[in-house]
Amino acid sequence: MLFFSFFKTLTNQTVTIELKNDIRIRGILKSVDQYLNIKLDDIEVLDLDKYPHLSSVKNMFIRGSVVRYVILPRSEVDVGLLEDATRREAANQAGKAR
Amino acid sequence: MERLSLNENPPNAPQQRQPQQQNTLGPASQPTSGPPQLPPQMFTTAAQLLDLTDKKLVLVLRDGRKLIGVLRSWDQFANLVLQDTVERIYAGKLYADVPRGIFLVRGENVLLLGEVDLDREDEIPTSVTKAPFEEVFELKKKEDSQRKAGDKKRHRELSALGFEPEHSGEILF
Repeated sequence: MLFFSFFKTLTNQTVTIELKNDIRIRGILKSVDQYLNIKLDDIEVLDLDKYPHLSSVKNMFIRGSVVRYVILPRSEVDVGLLEDATRREAANQAGKAR
Repeated sequence: MERLSLNENPPNAPQQRQPQQQNTLGPASQPTSGPPQLPPQMFTTAAQLLDLTDKKLVLVLRDGRKLIGVLRSWDQFANLVLQDTVERIYAGKLYADVPRGIFLVRGENVLLLGEVDLDREDEIPTSVTKAPFEEVFELKKKEDSQRKAGDKKRHRELSALGFEPEHSGEILF
């Protein structure tokens, strides 16, 4: 659930998503759900010539399972906080397993 | 939409309230001693699709098909119903449209769906031109078999080196 919460803190930021089929899409992150399905607004496809079917698309819903990377704005990520949250989550998981 | 908090005890919501049947793909039922769980309303694949209803969409499927149609219905698994669907086939620098009608797409096959900007709908990039279906279809068949052969070779070489090829067994486009 950590990454779900994390991505929710990034809503309304501009992110670049790289899909497993190499398409890269830049857009404003509008929403995320528990499968990390992603909704982007005002999208821009990098290398549009290779993917002409995505011209004239303004916003899209991407299934979480096809995402390879989400490239985030560095300034919007509080690395220290994320590290802490990760450790807390790991500790929780370990506690649950016991 | 209702504002929901991440608190352990959401206001006016008893802890045991959450029915377990509302999302079969969601986390399995948790013992009450586990970490705090989000209220079920937070799990909102369907909510993301709500504002795409009755819009003209491009749907890209796992097998590489591109469908253009109007989204009429959906559910929490992103199973979709498209009306007046046209399949657009691309090959090389050509494309063709094939009228298909109504589609019911099982959610797992959806790769992405994008809302078509009706103002820019007809601005097709100059890199592709419309051609008769038969011509595009033939070209696509040729391209597909070439790609399949190339993939097979690459997979063979990768697995000889001990790598599991990326998205093996799944064609992604």
